[in-house]
Amino acid sequence: MTPILEVEALAYAYPDGHQALFGIDLRIDAGERVAILGPNGAGKTTLVLHLNGIHLPGHGSVRVAGTAVAKDSLKEIRRRVGLVFQDPDDQLFMPTVREDVAFGPANLGFRGADLDERVHQALAAVGMDHVAERSPHHLSFGQRRRVAVATVLAMEPDVLVLDEPSSNLDPASRRELADILQGLEQTILMVTHDLPYALELCPRSLVMNDGTIVADGKTADVLGDRALMEANRLELPFGFDPRNIRP
Amino acid sequence: MAGTHASSLHVPGDSSVHRLSPQCKLAAAVAFVFIVVATPREQIWAFGVYAMALVAVARLAAIPPGLVARRLSIDTPFLAFAAFLPFFAGGDQLGHGWWSLSVDGLWAAWNIVAKGTLGVTTSIILTGTTPLPALIAGLDRLHAPRAFTAITSFMVRYAEVIAGEMHRMKIARESRGHDPRWIWQIRAIAHSAGTLFVRSYERGERVHLAMRSRGFDGAMPRFSDDAAARRDWLTAAVLPAAALVVAAGAWVVQT
Repeated sequence: MTPILEVEALAYAYPDGHQALFGIDLRIDAGERVAILGPNGAGKTTLVLHLNGIHLPGHGSVRVAGTAVAKDSLKEIRRRVGLVFQDPDDQLFMPTVREDVAFGPANLGFRGADLDERVHQALAAVGMDHVAERSPHHLSFGQRRRVAVATVLAMEPDVLVLDEPSSNLDPASRRELADILQGLEQTILMVTHDLPYALELCPRSLVMNDGTIVADGKTADVLGDRALMEANRLELPFGFDPRNIRP
Repeated sequence: MAGTHASSLHVPGDSSVHRLSPQCKLAAAVAFVFIVVATPREQIWAFGVYAMALVAVARLAAIPPGLVARRLSIDTPFLAFAAFLPFFAGGDQLGHGWWSLSVDGLWAAWNIVAKGTLGVTTSIILTGTTPLPALIAGLDRLHAPRAFTAITSFMVRYAEVIAGEMHRMKIARESRGHDPRWIWQIRAIAHSAGTLFVRSYERGERVHLAMRSRGFDGAMPRFSDDAAARRDWLTAAVLPAAALVVAAGAWVVQT
């Protein structure tokens, strides 16, 4: 079976010369939920920005469902891979929630009743259908994060990539978002520092450091490996022991 | 905060004026203002009729007169400028010595006061009965350049975000004992303004990234495909049509 995401020997340097990725190899199958862990500056966001072609590979390749990410495939790639950014104020830029959720599918050419249906479905999936006519600014932070997820769901992507989905959320909003993500059938990739969240939502975790993947395995095993964790500046919250959590 | 102010211009209601399609209201308002401006200033009665027409529309839309009066204060700088004209303009003078008033100046002042006030009142009624996003959609329907409507809608969307950031920076300054009283203490505020500019610029880049991620390729999609009903156009046309009759009458009397 073709993996939904396949990254081979990916290296990338920013225009200012800073080398952010040094040969990433990665294979993710459809329906997997994978966490990307690692300290600040490890290259997690740079990797994520390659998955929908915001950055094009400097070296190596990125394939989404068999299609190589390149200039001429961007439209198809961006439909297939949805990115949810960390700050919902960056993601929600239209005057109303409805227009914001409609932005992606409208760029794909949807209009009229088809477009309305997509917007409705996406908002219903995150339980935010009732705020469609409101301005994103007037929603709570948790609601904005959920609407940000809806803006991407409306494009019906195969892969959902989330950058720090639980950051700045209060415990109840964090829980509600987890429930929503659990219910989605898409392949999910999430960059996070919230290790219990990774354990709860993602059976598999990758650890990145200095632009390479240094570990790839079951989340419970990764979090249980003290030497690995310490070497990569990862720390579990006080009192949290992954061995006490049943899968 | 500018943003809060902008979004609170709308006076919620369900009058026939509120329900009109935004593009019809916009077109009617612009046409009305042009006709008012084109009316000869000497026909004072015509401006009285215009004012009555606007009062009628405002009543229909149930916009409180007090609110219109308060918002008219934005007109004040122009009125202040107009008040100087009779003292400084040349031509025939009324009165003697330093008590004299220029006739031309008086007419010019009246022209500014009457037309300016009517124009501002028209916008107050328009913004009072139309939410900002609808106004922008209306502009879009009237084929205003897409870049212009997009920038306007971003401005509306982010005014509050940036105002919020500014407010947090102010609190952070004051929390560290900053209490500016003199002009030479402005340094910290200037630094904050610079930081705010850089942050907003970076936010712009991140928003652009988020837009590209959802398939943006330089053209904003058009959502407001719903054309206005014929009835809306006809209803909205009543005000400028009536004004046109008055203006034509004024020109006939004038010549």
